[in-house]
Amino acid sequence: MDDRRFLGYAPLRMTGTEFLQQLINGLSLGAFYALIALGYTMVYGVLRFINFAHGDVFMIGAFCGYYLSPRLLPHFTGWMTPLGPISVLVLTMLICALLGITIEKIAYRPLRSRPKLTVLITAIGVSLFLEYGGQFVFGADPKSFPELMPDRALEGTGALTITTTQLAAFIVTISLLVALTFIVKRTRLGMAMRALSNNATAAALMGVNIDTVVSFTFGLGSALAGAGGILFALSYPSIDPLMGLLPGIKAFVAAVLGGIGNIPGAAVGGIVLGVVETFVGGSAFSTYRDAIAFALLIIILLFRPTGIFGRAQIEKV
Amino acid sequence: MKYRHIKKWILLAGIVLSAVASHFSGAINSYYLQIVIFIGINITLAVSLNLINGYTGQFSLGHAGFMAIGAYVSAYLSTEHSTAFFKAFGTNFFSIALLFIGVLIAGGLVASVAGFIVGVPSLRLKGDYLAIVTLGFGEIIRVLIQNTDAVGGPRGYSGIASYTTLFWTYSVAAITIYVVVSLVDSTYGRGFLTVRDDEVAAEAVGINTTRYKVTAFVLGAFFAGVAGGLYAHSTTYINPSGFDFQRSIEIVIMVILGGMGSTAGVTFAAILLTLLLEYLRFVSGYEWLPEIVRRIAQNRVIIYSLVLIALMLLRPQGLFGRLPRRGIPVGGMAASRRTKLPAASA
Repeated sequence: MDDRRFLGYAPLRMTGTEFLQQLINGLSLGAFYALIALGYTMVYGVLRFINFAHGDVFMIGAFCGYYLSPRLLPHFTGWMTPLGPISVLVLTMLICALLGITIEKIAYRPLRSRPKLTVLITAIGVSLFLEYGGQFVFGADPKSFPELMPDRALEGTGALTITTTQLAAFIVTISLLVALTFIVKRTRLGMAMRALSNNATAAALMGVNIDTVVSFTFGLGSALAGAGGILFALSYPSIDPLMGLLPGIKAFVAAVLGGIGNIPGAAVGGIVLGVVETFVGGSAFSTYRDAIAFALLIIILLFRPTGIFGRAQIEKV
Repeated sequence: MKYRHIKKWILLAGIVLSAVASHFSGAINSYYLQIVIFIGINITLAVSLNLINGYTGQFSLGHAGFMAIGAYVSAYLSTEHSTAFFKAFGTNFFSIALLFIGVLIAGGLVASVAGFIVGVPSLRLKGDYLAIVTLGFGEIIRVLIQNTDAVGGPRGYSGIASYTTLFWTYSVAAITIYVVVSLVDSTYGRGFLTVRDDEVAAEAVGINTTRYKVTAFVLGAFFAGVAGGLYAHSTTYINPSGFDFQRSIEIVIMVILGGMGSTAGVTFAAILLTLLLEYLRFVSGYEWLPEIVRRIAQNRVIIYSLVLIALMLLRPQGLFGRLPRRGIPVGGMAASRRTKLPAASA
């Protein structure tokens, strides 16, 4: 796509510090992939279909941050300053959740009993609509994302560079992961989600309201994607309406890598992909960086289509 | 069958007509000529993709990748190796025709090798997974071309001879239609439809589903490669970004709009969509239209996306497609017909 995330050329042989540095960069890239991959995996778990438009919700998240920050941040001064970025993040997540629920209601729900391919084509349509509708509304030229917080290198890390945004991305990602695990494992809606993903027919017979659960899943996944959009834009502050395409597809690869439908798998898959990509990007093969995710996807699907944590499903007649 | 020979006559008529039209093409405004040639290329692309997506039910999103291979291989051969060829055969009408046929077929063959490579994962994948993998293949092809300096890398490849005429374009389109229709209508070709309608049942009656899928990919890729060659020798300049995901989507829309598994419908959709998109260029210049309409007309992808969503919601079988027997979905996913409840569970 571009060289925005190009992390510099380094020979294949690297020193210990360089290795650690690349690992840190890879982990922070992986955190974004993980956040997006969770949305893919949850929707797949519940509805068994790939929400192609998910990467574009991520883009909308970044644009929400772009438009909200100048309006919200000035209201938070003094001791309240740290609350500014948090309010931007929370509001963005809400907007993205609403967007996800709306998309599902308008485009996917009427097609739910139709063949999966019909829904996939619709999802491609929605994705294109968000991308190019976004170009229409926001303009096609890249915009520079405002600084939500001071971006500087942390001290006391020796030769390694860890920036404050990287640290913030880690913290936000981990807290969202914990929150998500809590929702899925401990709440009634989470239990309904798991029931639906296990067996939709049985869940419906047990009185699970499928529409509510599906809406909730879309909302949850889209909120995570929105948060991912903001964090991504903090680290790579040039945003444009087509920015969601490649991270979206790569996050899908991450979801498949971890075993689609499996929530911890998506997080692990995202991090693995981020690390692998960063190491390839830092090697002599850096120009092939964007092809790596696809090559990885094809290899997994050929040799272990269920991913790292997935279980095999048998097609019954 | 009563109409057995009609296909051959149509093929012959198509080729003769395109030769006649080509003879008079000097009289046509070159802008219109270009559009008519693009229509022919799009017909070839859409009909060949229809063999994969429509008749065999394997959803491919990487057709532009095959087209790119055909375009680059044929352009490279005709540009870098034509001097030796013309030295040996002289420069005349027949040697140019021979060279052009040669490079088109070479482009098609290399593309069909790629089709074989993509077809192999399709043995294990279905539906949306396959769609993403083919999309990935298309992107990998594009990245590879971008990294190949011999054909200009990201700068594109220019200075290609302008060999494509109405004759070549429409002969190829006629041959593609003939091959696809005859193949699917033949006893052997019924297997494609069987693979689409129910893979498990097809296997149970002894149909080699693997072979049919790979055949569809190889043949579809071959014609896409030839179409790419025609395209390269028509525009005389090609660029890797001209064969991106958006181009693949354009071809997919033609197939879906026409109706998956209907060659006539897909041909019609290719003509309609090409003309419509050209017409939009004019619409965006009409001063009397409100600004917002003109801006939407400029952004063709918004229109694609709305067409896709509306079609799927209102008429998923396309303009001319027929819904298959009750209960069997268009895409032929065996799983989804058994559960009537929202999600198809295993």
